[in-house]
Amino acid sequence: MTDAAFRSGDHRPALLLRGGRVLDPASGTDEVLDVLVADGIVVEVGAGLTSNDAEILDCDGLWVTPGFVDLHTHLREPGFEDAEDIASGSAAGAAGGYTALCPMANTDPVCDAAAVAESVWRRGTEIGLVDLFPVGAITKGLRGEELAEFGELRHSAAKVDFFSDDGKPVADSLVMRRALQYAGAFDAVICNHSEDPDLTAEAQMNEGQVSSVLGLPGWPHEAEEIMIARDLILAEGLGARLHVPHVTTAGAVELIRAAKARGVHVTAEVTPHHLSLRDHLIDGYDPVLKVNPPLRTDTDVQALRTALADGTIDCVATDHAPHAPEHKDQEWEHAPCGMLGLETAFAVVNTDLVLAGLLDPLTAIARLTSGPAGVRDVAGHGGAIAAGREAHLTVLDPEVRWTVDGRGLHSKARNTPFHGADLVGRPVHTLLRGRFTLRDGKVQA
Amino acid sequence: MKPLSNLISIEDLDAEQVVGILDTAEQLLPIADRRRNSVPTLRGKVVCNLFLEDSTRTRISFDLAAKRMSAEVINFSGKGSSVSKGESFKDTALTLDAMGVDCVVVRSGSSGAPLQVSRYLEVPILNAGDGWHQHPTQALLDVFTMRRHLGDLAGRHVVVCGDVLHSRVARSEVQALRLLGARVTLVAPPTLLPPAPESWGAEVSGDLDAVLPDADVVYLLRVQRERMHRAFFPSSREYARFWGLDVDRLARLPDHAIVMHPGPMNRGVEITADVADSDRSVIIEQVTNGIAIRMACLYLLLSGDTEGAEVTP
Amino acid sequence: MTQLLNADEVSRALKRLAHELLEANHGADDLVLVGIQTRGVPLARRLAALIEEIEGTEVPAGAIDVTLYRDDLTRRGPLPLGETRVPVSVDGRTVVLVDDVLYTGRTIRAAMEAVLELGRPARIRLVALVDRGHRELPIRADHVGKNLPTSVDDRIRVHLEEVDGRDEVVAE
Repeated sequence: MTDAAFRSGDHRPALLLRGGRVLDPASGTDEVLDVLVADGIVVEVGAGLTSNDAEILDCDGLWVTPGFVDLHTHLREPGFEDAEDIASGSAAGAAGGYTALCPMANTDPVCDAAAVAESVWRRGTEIGLVDLFPVGAITKGLRGEELAEFGELRHSAAKVDFFSDDGKPVADSLVMRRALQYAGAFDAVICNHSEDPDLTAEAQMNEGQVSSVLGLPGWPHEAEEIMIARDLILAEGLGARLHVPHVTTAGAVELIRAAKARGVHVTAEVTPHHLSLRDHLIDGYDPVLKVNPPLRTDTDVQALRTALADGTIDCVATDHAPHAPEHKDQEWEHAPCGMLGLETAFAVVNTDLVLAGLLDPLTAIARLTSGPAGVRDVAGHGGAIAAGREAHLTVLDPEVRWTVDGRGLHSKARNTPFHGADLVGRPVHTLLRGRFTLRDGKVQA
Repeated sequence: MKPLSNLISIEDLDAEQVVGILDTAEQLLPIADRRRNSVPTLRGKVVCNLFLEDSTRTRISFDLAAKRMSAEVINFSGKGSSVSKGESFKDTALTLDAMGVDCVVVRSGSSGAPLQVSRYLEVPILNAGDGWHQHPTQALLDVFTMRRHLGDLAGRHVVVCGDVLHSRVARSEVQALRLLGARVTLVAPPTLLPPAPESWGAEVSGDLDAVLPDADVVYLLRVQRERMHRAFFPSSREYARFWGLDVDRLARLPDHAIVMHPGPMNRGVEITADVADSDRSVIIEQVTNGIAIRMACLYLLLSGDTEGAEVTP
Repeated sequence: MTQLLNADEVSRALKRLAHELLEANHGADDLVLVGIQTRGVPLARRLAALIEEIEGTEVPAGAIDVTLYRDDLTRRGPLPLGETRVPVSVDGRTVVLVDDVLYTGRTIRAAMEAVLELGRPARIRLVALVDRGHRELPIRADHVGKNLPTSVDDRIRVHLEEVDGRDEVVAE
């Protein structure tokens, strides 16, 4: 029995997931198999499994995958609980098939000290719907000046090994260089929000034909690419670990592809919304579509899809960013950036990439599980479905059609850009250490 | 002519509607310029000027237009974000709706705000300028003024010169001129051109002198001096030398060509005082014509509340 | 469609109206003919020409558009605006409003308001080519070309050479 199972003291009846299509990227498995789970642990994976006392879960026609891992989540607690809190965000995660979330550091107080990280992590454990792996700030107060205490955070109960000032770039090249250097001492990853702030001083949306007509100050793709290029050069020189969040431009994809080919230790993520939505949707100035980095052009979307398929981009991360309706119901210029993502991520990837023939199911699942799990330590989440491993599992219906309703989501906020969209595929069950956090589409609070 | 339900962007209009607005304004001009008394047409209607950005000139023009047609006018102003006043943008709109106004004239520093307001309100919305996006009544009064001087604008050449990037007037102007079949050339320092200017359907030039001999209209846009500080151009002196209209450049224009400006002018930057006051300048006429155009828009939006009602003479 | 008056009858009616007008006004002095848009305008011009023929005096003829003074705009939607142009001041003159069909009287009420906004005439007279009855306001014409008994459901149309290519009055 692992520590975690012991800690949770689980002694529920065994569960037999029967007849599902097991998609396990870590082992390359893609076949119809049974999975037997007991005491929070996968006991056996195989065909024609039987058990006398196990509850049978019919998975015929469903996919059985590792629990999803999100590297980029804003849970808003502490400080902005009007938009989301750890309880509602955890429920959204479970509903989206996630067993592990990495809440970002831009809370109030900022997660730049061990005490903040530990309180977030503990709150996650108390709620028990997902495991939280807090992200630490790179700099104190996200001010881009002094480094946060990486060592204290790494050695805290929250075991923070991933640092980001997300939402704000580390603009000072010297600070960024030192962060990459210093993180090496703790085997940690630096994730820098890729935006040259001088180029985006007034920016409201992607710079191009659409912004030109709408009269909104443009956000040039160069702003993202310049910062990524700088960070890649710094990481390469130091041999440091760099993670690039929410890649959105074709140019950025090329920079990362070339860096990977040179052997730079870089990983990258893309959001479901950047894989799916384009800037021309903004013609009605609906602030729900305002996001940082902004929705880009069709050329960019195609490049991102290709990059996700060929592995240039390692994983899908949601950048789930709830905002209270009163903040989004403003003039576009004054509305904050961000979109919900957890509960629609799989459906968007499935609808726009898998069903479009751009991604096979196993690779799609890899980008939601083993991909992110390879970026930082998430304690076995997203790993193999194999005997002896903790049972973090997601069962998906890949064929169910559903219409997204912003009011029907588990998040406190409603700012989903997919409201009203018809999507295909949805999690049915989510298991965290063998316990249902989502069962038959219902979150098990 | 298809009835208007809102006037938010010239993009929403077709050529017939633009011509319909101009023809209506033509008949209203004697009332606008006070050769005739005001008319009772909009008696009992309440027009709200929702000005979230200061603009005394535009507000007064709308105010006069409404009053010349006997509408009641209420003014609701506030600077910057409505939220900064402690009331949400949405609540401001809903409040006006509850007060029973018949039309809301919206001015905002934020692109898109009038369109957003229109989603909360049933009554017609008239855009009096939003951010860098649109200023449809300005464009309409400009093409009205051009038509009065040049006749049909099809095939005419209009040079729009100045800070195109930050100009809501330019966006509306180009669309209105294109609908009427005119050719437009944008002239500006490259830093003050919008992204993808060719997608506007206009030609682009950096050389004012080269395009002047072929122009029927030179339309100068206001250049804000504070743009210098963001490295758009080095000095107003240099700007005036390369992109300003002075008497030497005026002499390069064909004899029939006119000079226009949306106001307020920066004399000595985009236009010299001699040019502004010359007989080629129709800038003062634009102001009077603006009242007629706004009367026409209010008339077309407010008389008749049955949407799509068939027009029978 | 039934023809109620043919071209000759229209022409005769107008000649008679010209004579009646001169008779009532004791000549052409101080007369201003103001046609109500749309078909009142050519009628006013024709009457002015007839009067000139009879008296040898030129009588000013103008046009007035009453749309902006209507009381039914809200129900009927925005109507296209016609031109208002009266070549002389109406102050102290006899303004003769000329309309094609007199019906409810609402157009005439609006026309009187419009004329009074132009100045202070000594008096306002009304000439109608056709009076079809069914008045909703206490208004009557001083001179009528032809009284036509109609029902409210009838649509009476005056067609004129200048606008429609032929002269006639029809019921549709």
